[in-house]
Amino acid sequence: MFLSWLPENVSSFGRDIDGIIALIWYVTLAWFVATMGTLLVFIVRYRRRPGRPAGYVKGDRWREAVWVLVPCVLVLVLDFWMDFKGAPVWAKVKIDVPQSDLHIKVTGKQFNWVVSYPGPDGTFDTADDKTFLDELHIPAGKPVRLTLGAQDVIHSFFLPNLRVKQDVLPGRAIPAWIDAMKPGTYELPCAALCGMGHSGMKATLVVHAAADWDTWVAAQWSGAKQ
Amino acid sequence: MSATTHAHATGAAERGKVAIWWFLASEIMLFGGLISSFVISRLGGGAQVDHGHLNVTVAAVNTFILLSSSYTMVEAFGCAERGDRRAMRLFLGLTVLGGLAFLGLKAYEYTGEILHGFTPWAGTFWSFYYTMTGLHALHVLIGVIANATLCVAARLGLERPYRVEVAGLYWHFVDIVWIFLFPLVYLS
Amino acid sequence: MSHAATLPRVHEPHEAAGFFRTYLYATDHKTIAKQYLLLGLLMAVVGGFLSYAMRWQLAWPDTEVPGFGFVGPETYNALVTNHGTVMVFFVAMPILLGSFGNFLIPLMIGARDMAFPRLNALSFWLLALGSAVLCASFVVPGGAASAGWTGYPPLSAKAEYTGVHWGLTLWLLAHAIEFAAFLLGGVNFLTTIVTMRAPGLTVGRLPLLIWQLATASILFLLSVGPLIAGAVMLLMDRLVGTGFFLPERGGEPLLWQHLFWFFGHPEVYVVLLPALGASLEVYPVFARKPIFGYRLIVWATIVAGALSFIVWAHHMFVSGMDPRLAMPFSITTILISVPFALAVFTMIASLYRGSIALELPMLWALAFLAMFITGGLTGIFLGSAPSDIYLNGTYFVVAHFHYTLISAVIFGGFAGIYYWFPKMFGRMLGTRLGQLHFWSTLAFFNLTFFPLHWIGIAGMVRRIANPLQYDLVAPHQWINVFSTVSLLGLIAGQAVFFLNFFLSQFRGRPAPANPWQATTLEWTAPSPPPHGNWGAALPAVERGPYEYSVPGAAQDWLPQRAGAAVLGSRS
Ligand code: HEM
Ligand SMILES: [Cu+2]
Ligand SMILES: [Cu+2]
Repeated sequence: MFLSWLPENVSSFGRDIDGIIALIWYVTLAWFVATMGTLLVFIVRYRRRPGRPAGYVKGDRWREAVWVLVPCVLVLVLDFWMDFKGAPVWAKVKIDVPQSDLHIKVTGKQFNWVVSYPGPDGTFDTADDKTFLDELHIPAGKPVRLTLGAQDVIHSFFLPNLRVKQDVLPGRAIPAWIDAMKPGTYELPCAALCGMGHSGMKATLVVHAAADWDTWVAAQWSGAKQ
Repeated sequence: MSATTHAHATGAAERGKVAIWWFLASEIMLFGGLISSFVISRLGGGAQVDHGHLNVTVAAVNTFILLSSSYTMVEAFGCAERGDRRAMRLFLGLTVLGGLAFLGLKAYEYTGEILHGFTPWAGTFWSFYYTMTGLHALHVLIGVIANATLCVAARLGLERPYRVEVAGLYWHFVDIVWIFLFPLVYLS
Repeated sequence: MSHAATLPRVHEPHEAAGFFRTYLYATDHKTIAKQYLLLGLLMAVVGGFLSYAMRWQLAWPDTEVPGFGFVGPETYNALVTNHGTVMVFFVAMPILLGSFGNFLIPLMIGARDMAFPRLNALSFWLLALGSAVLCASFVVPGGAASAGWTGYPPLSAKAEYTGVHWGLTLWLLAHAIEFAAFLLGGVNFLTTIVTMRAPGLTVGRLPLLIWQLATASILFLLSVGPLIAGAVMLLMDRLVGTGFFLPERGGEPLLWQHLFWFFGHPEVYVVLLPALGASLEVYPVFARKPIFGYRLIVWATIVAGALSFIVWAHHMFVSGMDPRLAMPFSITTILISVPFALAVFTMIASLYRGSIALELPMLWALAFLAMFITGGLTGIFLGSAPSDIYLNGTYFVVAHFHYTLISAVIFGGFAGIYYWFPKMFGRMLGTRLGQLHFWSTLAFFNLTFFPLHWIGIAGMVRRIANPLQYDLVAPHQWINVFSTVSLLGLIAGQAVFFLNFFLSQFRGRPAPANPWQATTLEWTAPSPPPHGNWGAALPAVERGPYEYSVPGAAQDWLPQRAGAAVLGSRS
């Protein structure tokens, strides 16, 4: 009921995130059925009937309290299980940024995403830098390093199909990374209220197949190469 | 009859004290939030203290004044408990004077700093400086007004000892906040 | 302060008091409770109207909203912001904390009034002033605040980013006044509970609602300080030109988020706990048996309250704070699910071997539990840092917090209103319209909000004015339409309530002192209780609050009040 609503995932770590979401879904679904089921059964089973008085159950003895305490222990165990499963995923996406020979800067401003490439020389702030508005191009199948920032207010860099989200702040450069397994175009909305143009602030992520990527790069920097 | 009145007076005293303690708990969090913001900002490299342009001497004198006024406040409560109304008014008056002196010196300090261009918007440190000490000064002002009111009320024969105690708890709190602010802002 | 505040007022006949004394300068806790209730309901109409305009815009973007007009993106941002602010600060808190607390604390602990009646009146009028300032902020030039109810800077710190000048400043001011009102109110509540309990009412015999109200007050008192500090800093950034939250002036935007959520998480419990407490009062009465695990619930409340101060950064997993902080906060967050799970389990267990009558207060209280379970479970998705990477800022969050907040405000709130209406107004609330109100609310609430989980998972982000601008969302637009149509049903259901509420004031069957055969003290006072509540003699308490179906007792309920065992039958 929940999981099938996720948009198609195309990133390598997206599978892990979906795995965590699925894990939580099944655990919470079980709890939902158990608690709501018990609630409904009790409501029906113990509804008022003439001549049947209520029991005087106060739950103040251990023998009774275990009925609620044991499920609590189970909650705790399952909680920790979810967190232990989640920790490496979090680290993979947010902490251990892998090396890559492609480094892109994405900067939010009211109300666009500014995307800059270092160009063939691989360093920013040189003459062969190239900047695109609301278009992010990457090659398929390999990690890409990002440096995320903002010019004015807080925006949020969100790639639903890659399961990535990162708020971007003015005055701060946040390292991040993405990869995409499947060529295609994907939506890149801003996920943080950033002013009157927030609604509709979005860019397009274009994932190029390997061969296609070289031609795209060549086309962009053809002038600079000569 | 007098027994019930007495019971009610102690009831009111208890309520007053319980209330001021809860209120101060919330105040601690207010200053705590502000001071931790300042400390974190300093640890993060912003808000470096501008030692050269702070008037440590005046601040030290002010610390002394505020501490003394806490002492006179304690005395005022002692007199109130003993029923020595005259002495109580005297000590309350001294406490008020101490508070006013503190505010006067603080105003002098502010003026000097602003004249040298160190306005609230002159950098993160100055922003914190004015906000923290300004909020504290506001509390001093409220304490001065409270103590002065009690002083006048005593003159009109309306005093209740526990009110002096409650005002005293507040005044000591204001004092303690300064004990934290002074080293943090001026000395470290 | 004069003697009036401290002397018992048993013998003051108040019939002669004029309109001004009775309604405007009222210091009686029951009148003030009604004032809070009416103000809260009034603001609920305002907040509901804003949500209607938003939902219409989301279903049929850029069409004229009937009764409102055209909603552009700028207006939408103002709607979102003020809807959240109104609902949390000017509906939930006034009704659940202000009204329930004022009405029930003195009545349940056997006092004649609050500890500081005039301070109490001041709190209410401050809140009224705050509401007025907020409403004024809608109409000032430049428009209303539009930086979200969370008011994140830099967006909120400089007028040029939103184009809003006075609107946002007044919005901040309204908050400040509201905080002052509930700060004074909280001090009053706590002082009353600590110092004015009837003889024999030990802490172990307090009704659970009192525990919840006390914890809620403490949470508010201890968490609001840092946000007040933050609000002062934000106001200075806007008006004086400081740069606390502006990076170009050396400031730090994330500082605000820390201060805001340090307050924000306890704040959601400030709203939740009184609703939980109201439901806890209702279950034993309509199941005719004691609450299961009184002590466990008290401990769960205290532990949850304490933990609520160390979970705040779960709102900030993807905010740009150091990512290594995420796992510690993820762990504190899951820890806090344990006391709430305990509360839920004890509530369910309280029904075990009961004799359950599904009268209206019970229906609302049970629905509270069901909705709260749902909202609590979806919270786990957001408390897990990796899954929050995806879900943060989407409609999944919107659905989640409406399940928790609405379970509290609407279901818990109505459980309390239906249960205590006879005591408050001296008449019974009509049951036919009541049934219609309950079932339509239950159905339409779920129809309005459940599908929003799906569209959130599908990738629809919050606080957008036009879902059709997004390729991922547009195919699911039917959900937005469906939700909005359901909302119209929800609104119609609330109209039934208002009708019932006002009709019953005049036409309702006169209420006996104890229509539900309940045990707690308030039901031994007349309905409505007179000024001073108890007549000449203050009540004394001789047992715990939930002594139902005690084996060997002559009747299936034993009142807390000493010597009242034979009184107050169902007449
Ligand atoms: C009764 C019907 C209600 C409806 C139809 C409704 C609808 C909405 C909608 C459409 C949004 C905007 C979502 C977005 O664009 O991001 C929203 C936001 C919000 N609502 Fe409600 N709401 C209702 C009741 C409540 C209640 C009772 C509360 C709280 C006690 C509440 C608290 C909030 C908050 C805090 C926000 C977030 C505002 C923000 O993003 O700044 N709502 N609601
Ligand atoms: Cu945006
Ligand atoms: Cu939280």
